Amino acid sequence: MAYFLQQLINGITLGAIYGLIAIGYTMVYGIVGMINFAHGEIYMIGAFIALIAFGLLAQLGVASVALSLVVVLVVSMIFTSAYGWTVERVAYRPLRRSFRLAPLISAIGMSIFLQNLVQVLQGARVKTLPPVITGGFRIYEENGFTVTLSTLQIVIVVATLALMAAFALLIGRTALGRAQRACEQDRLMAELLGVNTDRAISLTFVIGAALAAVAGVMVVLYYGVVDFFIGFLAGIKAFTAAVLGGIGSLPGAMLGGLIIGLTESLWAAYLPAAYKDVAAFALLIIILIFRPTGLLGRPEVEKV
Amino acid sequence: MDAIAVRPLLWIKEAALAAAVAFVLALPLAGFRLPDGVGSLTFRPQWVIVAVIAVALGRLALAMARDFGVARWIAAPAASGMEAVRSAFSPYRTWLIVGSIVFMVALPMLPFGTRRVLDLATLVLIYVMLGAGLNVVVGLAGLLDLGYVAFYAVGAYTYGILATQFGLSFWVCLPLAGLFAALAGIALGFPVLRLRGDYLAIVTLGFGEMVRIVLINWHSLTNGSNGIARIPTPGFFGMQFSGVSRLTFLYFIIFGMAMFTMMFAARIRVTALGRAWEALREDEIACRSLGLNPTTIKLSAFAVGATLAGFAGAFFAARQGFISPASFTFMESAIILAIVVLGGMGSQTGIVFAAAVLVLLPELFRDFTELRLLLFGAAMVLIMVSRPQGLVAHREPSLRLGKGKP
Repeated sequence: MAYFLQQLINGITLGAIYGLIAIGYTMVYGIVGMINFAHGEIYMIGAFIALIAFGLLAQLGVASVALSLVVVLVVSMIFTSAYGWTVERVAYRPLRRSFRLAPLISAIGMSIFLQNLVQVLQGARVKTLPPVITGGFRIYEENGFTVTLSTLQIVIVVATLALMAAFALLIGRTALGRAQRACEQDRLMAELLGVNTDRAISLTFVIGAALAAVAGVMVVLYYGVVDFFIGFLAGIKAFTAAVLGGIGSLPGAMLGGLIIGLTESLWAAYLPAAYKDVAAFALLIIILIFRPTGLLGRPEVEKV
Repeated sequence: MDAIAVRPLLWIKEAALAAAVAFVLALPLAGFRLPDGVGSLTFRPQWVIVAVIAVALGRLALAMARDFGVARWIAAPAASGMEAVRSAFSPYRTWLIVGSIVFMVALPMLPFGTRRVLDLATLVLIYVMLGAGLNVVVGLAGLLDLGYVAFYAVGAYTYGILATQFGLSFWVCLPLAGLFAALAGIALGFPVLRLRGDYLAIVTLGFGEMVRIVLINWHSLTNGSNGIARIPTPGFFGMQFSGVSRLTFLYFIIFGMAMFTMMFAARIRVTALGRAWEALREDEIACRSLGLNPTTIKLSAFAVGATLAGFAGAFFAARQGFISPASFTFMESAIILAIVVLGGMGSQTGIVFAAAVLVLLPELFRDFTELRLLLFGAAMVLIMVSRPQGLVAHREPSLRLGKGKP
């Protein structure tokens, strides 16, 4: 029981990170109907920028953990958003009226490009960060096994929740969010009614990239190890999460992230750990067979 | 023609904006180098400056090209030139094909048919075969398969395992490799073919990764990431080859296999099955209302594509003599897909050209191994953005009524 509880805590932390990336997929799919294959790479870039920001702060002699955390988050979100914006502008916007597979293939090319760009610029070796946030609470003890909830895990989950709330407000309450939702429902009509759809789409990519950057910061803090290849698998899993929750649905992305995180940590705990990545894909296939619209998605009506 | 509006102020504004964006992008990732292990950051302002200047100049050149209508000067003569070449050659089409086949057969005997040339030609032909196979799935049936490499892997491991464990010969294993790959294709296709295009793409991608993970972890069968070594070279009625003659023999095998694949793909297009694939790609609902069963048709496309990949995989194992999961990554799927797409989705000539370009270009840049994939990714985006219809975008309709013009 204690062991299970511990895996539950780990799974929720992991799920929060996947959920943040999944939002980027689900929003982009909702508004332009394409899989932004390069999104995993954006998350990887967010993690690298976070590492660089941590390194700079350490060299400047900033000792306060809270201050450096906020600075790193903001820096990483700003610079990673610039990457998200540029990717859309360069690789997707020219293809908006092209055939269906064109943007996806362009996205695959972009993903390969970004991955190797980071490899060329930063080297292929793993980069490490010494633990920034330490400490934790023992919350339960059974037969000598202690369940701990680390401060870091609390920070990750709380920060995720806070950002989700801010993000929900941005989409639900502001003019920018309204334009974004209008484009999602009917881009042509929104355009006719004077909504700047190009800007709304750019905004979607920027928000998605900013949230992916947050996930990148969290992963740097949580594992302390990053290399140029982490974006690929995380990207696929986050996309799985988005599909699982129902693509286009924001709460769905978060829920999907949680389920993927839990599946992964529980599988690694009780079943052969080498196959934990298989579990995520198998789950995706099963969900798509029995509930193709995902858990919280609206059924799609096929029009002739 | 429109009057040319030359707007130097706009150029400067656009170049300045691009430079600003380049500065923001380059500052963290290019400007600072993280230490490997413990240490401190290195600051590289010169990299940022170079990136900013390069982007600004590039944007300036683009803006000027647009205002002076350079695209028009190039595009129109290029299009009419292509058309002229095409119409000049079309009466001799058959002769051209025969000529290139004769050339390919004679290649090992020609003076420049060295080891390296033969080796590269073999590699190109493997990719031609893979491209033609994937083209059945993506180009004809319109099903985006991002895990095609899985079937290639199944074929390679079938031959690798059967040859090393049971001593079966290549010619026995070849059909078996195709069969196992087809079974894998059906096993994947059966549950997922009801899915819409993009979902299908991701599920196939997941399947490709699953196969790779299984190959790494199923130690007793596949020897894990160490791979299978000492896979025998195929013989020919008891004859065994080594050295240059082995290379030549392998070249002829893959040449025959690629020829077979190309002819098969060209012929199957005009059968009832091939027509059903193309009809399904264009409109699934219309197909269903005409009484076609989408599931079986899609499944057959998957199985046929997988079989061809299985053949190619068996040959790959025979040529390398060594296989490991590292040869069957997603990158490989992406390259094969790039061949199909750059070849113009459905065009056979296009596939041959694209395979040659994509295999030979990286070979030329062998000295810049780090930059190779970077350039590959950039080229993929660039080609998609500038010519989404593919490099060789000319597709003959599969069928025509009588001798009428389309």
